[in-house]
Amino acid sequence: MRAADALFEALKAEGVKHIFGIPGGANLPIYDALYDADFEHIQVRHEQCAGHAAEGYAKASGKVGVAFATSGPGATNLVTAIADAHMDSVPTVFITGQVRTDLIGTDGFQEADVTGITMPVVKHSFLVTDPSQIPDYIHKAFHIAKTGRPGPVLVDIPQDLSKMEIDYEPITAAPRLPGYQPNTEGNIKQIRIAAKALANARRPVLYAGGGVVNATASEELRELAGADRFPVTCTLMGLGAFPAPHEQWLGMLGMHGTRTANYAMDEADLIVAIGARFDDRITGKLSEFAPRAKFVHIDIDPAEISKNVPAHIPIVGDVKKVLPKLTGEYRALAPDPSRLDEWWRRIEGWREQYPLRYEDSSDQEIKPQLMVEEMYRATGGEAIVTSDVGQHQMWAAQYYPFSEPNRWLNSGGLGTMGFGLPAAIGAQVAMPDEQVVCLAGDGSLIMVCQEFATAAAHELPIKVFLMNNGNFGMVRQWQELFWDERYKAIEMGPSPDWVKLAEAFGWTGILCDRKDDLAGAMKTALETEGPVLLDVRVTPNENCFPMIPAGAAARDMVG
Amino acid sequence: MAESGTKNLLDLDDLRAEGGLTGRRHLLSLLVENRPGVLARIAGLFSRRGFNIDTLAVGPTEDPDISRVTLTVDGAVHPIDQVTKQLHKLVNVIKIRDMDPGTAVAREMALFRINAAADNRAEIIEFTQIFRAHIVDVSRRSITVEVTGTTEKIDSFERMVRPHGLIEMARTGEVAITRARPES
Repeated sequence: MRAADALFEALKAEGVKHIFGIPGGANLPIYDALYDADFEHIQVRHEQCAGHAAEGYAKASGKVGVAFATSGPGATNLVTAIADAHMDSVPTVFITGQVRTDLIGTDGFQEADVTGITMPVVKHSFLVTDPSQIPDYIHKAFHIAKTGRPGPVLVDIPQDLSKMEIDYEPITAAPRLPGYQPNTEGNIKQIRIAAKALANARRPVLYAGGGVVNATASEELRELAGADRFPVTCTLMGLGAFPAPHEQWLGMLGMHGTRTANYAMDEADLIVAIGARFDDRITGKLSEFAPRAKFVHIDIDPAEISKNVPAHIPIVGDVKKVLPKLTGEYRALAPDPSRLDEWWRRIEGWREQYPLRYEDSSDQEIKPQLMVEEMYRATGGEAIVTSDVGQHQMWAAQYYPFSEPNRWLNSGGLGTMGFGLPAAIGAQVAMPDEQVVCLAGDGSLIMVCQEFATAAAHELPIKVFLMNNGNFGMVRQWQELFWDERYKAIEMGPSPDWVKLAEAFGWTGILCDRKDDLAGAMKTALETEGPVLLDVRVTPNENCFPMIPAGAAARDMVG
Repeated sequence: MAESGTKNLLDLDDLRAEGGLTGRRHLLSLLVENRPGVLARIAGLFSRRGFNIDTLAVGPTEDPDISRVTLTVDGAVHPIDQVTKQLHKLVNVIKIRDMDPGTAVAREMALFRINAAADNRAEIIEFTQIFRAHIVDVSRRSITVEVTGTTEKIDSFERMVRPHGLIEMARTGEVAITRARPES
């Protein structure tokens, strides 16, 4: 059979049903094979969004997301999404067409060295040099993408090779990858030491990240937290891994986290990092981060341990396997729970003194925080929420409590504006029966608004709640606070008319600019069939607080 | 709550963090899959993580599917732990060994073209003999010498001949292999 047909046989064997992509010259043989293959292809309008849609698909469903692009510009358009998937450990496989093998290296038409360009941002990549490699590489790509610390894998297939005939035999054996053997179990001796450390800690904090979501270990996290009233905080990527609201829940930590969470980290004597990586948005000034704490660090990726913050008790393993062992070992020690009483009094004090708060308007002006709260009420807190990057993302993280994992899909590590809409498309394809809401920023949404066409064409009933403040809000906030109010290049101007734009793409467009109308407008948007854009005009110059200024310590939170 | 003297006791103050700088040069021996792009992945990893490679040598092994990459990294500047863990993440890297100077044999080869006018020619030949090096090329103005040995030996040969006018030098970087265990 043709190598391109074998590609789809391999994809089918991997359980793939949906593919996001755009055809072009170099992947024409692949699209020709797709003509006869039984897959749902979602034709996006820009390759970057094929990538983000594949990410949204993966984040919502836990399955590997797949995106296709052609060579050269098609492939380079994917790069942002690949880098995004790399930073947030999203299991994805990107399959690009490459120019004919005889043209490689000659600056041929639509040639780009995409394996070279993406090398720093993939978990692994394959350049096919022999058509018979294709099925094997596909199985290896899926294996690598979804095991260990998940991530993006690229398979680059020259056009001439995908047309060639090969002898295809289904591959059932496990892929042979001598240099890739993730350690998942966790060293039991280390786990015992960690249990003892927890039993002797008086001011412990569990700090959970996206790794808990990736490992589907929220239940295991809840078990550990319940073993002894341990306070829990999550990173932006970890939201939903612990059911908020909850009496042990401190809120998100980090730059726009709660004071309670950040102060608890600051005063903790033992921090258990679980599938989290001590990003600079968490630590702030590294030398003053959690100065009193010892660190237990549990991660599937050994290179994350002691990368930024030296670990005292490193545990390499899958948190889903490590946490139950840690909980068991801890329970066996039967420590006195009252030793945490004083710590909880301290935490309760912060909670009372520093709740998340904002000043609501006295007129019909819609405060952005209120918009998020209304969105929580309108969706019953049960939607899959995607977001773009900026203030609205942080307000969502603060004011929309996520009680389950895989419901909060956003771009944390790379911070990719425009992630929300394509991710919502991917999430809705993966979960057709779920309510998918994209909380968009106007600065972000305009970067990807061509994807309104994709949602309309595929009749995806996603709801975009646009937090429209008319400017790049987070940039404006930084220029105000840290650059002497020298505002530059932040205004979005009067265009577009979002309602008309939405309607032009076949969506329903709704405008809301009065507080009294907001709840009703959201209800209408959610109840309207098909894709809906709700343009909510919010306070243009609201700042997102509290905040740890860049390079400052948790103690120095402002706002 | 754990009482003093029970097995449950662990004083948090006694915990020490792992990692950090070792303060010495490390010789890393990597077995990697012999396929295109592997060296680019290794070099790319070093550059994007801000690690410096001091020397690098690549060559075949007894297994045609596997190549050996030997590189030296300054453990006073870079946490070797982090370097090796990052290298391990590369799917094509099969095995990494941080070679212990006590149990490894490490050698480097270097070629020196040295200014050798009539008045210092004899001295250079003498150095060559002392260092058990070989003269591999000669002209009226220069002598080319091949030196094999430890990095320190090559460094000291360089120091000896440099005052005479070192025209050109090429060094391979170290390659290393573990010593056989003594027969018991």
